[in-house]
Amino acid sequence: MNHWPFIIAAYAITALGTLALSWASWQQMRAAEARANDMKRDN
Amino acid sequence: MHAFANPARFLKIARPLTPWLFWGGLLLIGVGAYSGLFLTPADYLQGESVRILYIHVPAAWLGMGGWSAIAIAALMQMVWRHPLAGVAGRAIAVPGALFTAICLVTGSIWGRPTWGTWWEWDGRMTSMLVLLFLYFGYIALARASAEEGRGIAENGGVSRVTAIFALVGAINLPIINRSVVWWNSLHQGPSITMRGSTIDSAILWPLGLTVLGFSLWFGAIVLMRMRAILAQNKVEARLARLAREG
Repeated sequence: MNHWPFIIAAYAITALGTLALSWASWQQMRAAEARANDMKRDN
Repeated sequence: MHAFANPARFLKIARPLTPWLFWGGLLLIGVGAYSGLFLTPADYLQGESVRILYIHVPAAWLGMGGWSAIAIAALMQMVWRHPLAGVAGRAIAVPGALFTAICLVTGSIWGRPTWGTWWEWDGRMTSMLVLLFLYFGYIALARASAEEGRGIAENGGVSRVTAIFALVGAINLPIINRSVVWWNSLHQGPSITMRGSTIDSAILWPLGLTVLGFSLWFGAIVLMRMRAILAQNKVEARLARLAREG
């Protein structure tokens, strides 16, 4: 049995999960901090 | 730990630390994964599939480590009323759940060529699946407490029920750890213990890089999520004050 398709699938799923969570967390942080800063400036 | 109880002091450290942990972690993951895929030999018994080790073990480590950290945060919240403990618990939950899921999926993929099956209801796999459901429960409880306004009142933290749930859920951690010793399992026994490793050093060395890399990256993600919760909390507190004044 060729093991490489299994290895590639495992690494691809991990990479996808890691990158998706990185992107989502960074976006969430950036948006929340920008909103807090805007509100601070407005007051 | 109470030195970091002040969110302003915490943010002063978290802001410069986040990119260092994030990029340092990704670099180590990249080097470790490349080494594991292309520089190490195949295992004499498992063949090439052993290369899944370099992502499966860090995922298991972070899934279990994440819940350990949530339980410690819950204890700190309940005993010392640390204002950032609940925020930390909320921030750890999603990345912890993701890595528990990655551990289960990569383990299943590894199991097919090695054991001839995708899944077996044995102690290790079942207790790890229970951990994933515990994460889902914690996320739902934490979200519910935040939506009800209790989370806001507790500086973006979690309710007492959520903290108790985290502490009770920690009972599953030693069960996961000892499952391969207590019950017959397709899963191999403990390979890395305090007394050393049964894995040959020619195969083992990139594992340290990926475990450290994923741990640093996980730290960066938790800091990002804590910063988001604190900023969101600040906005909601200000809106509530404005509403009271208006």
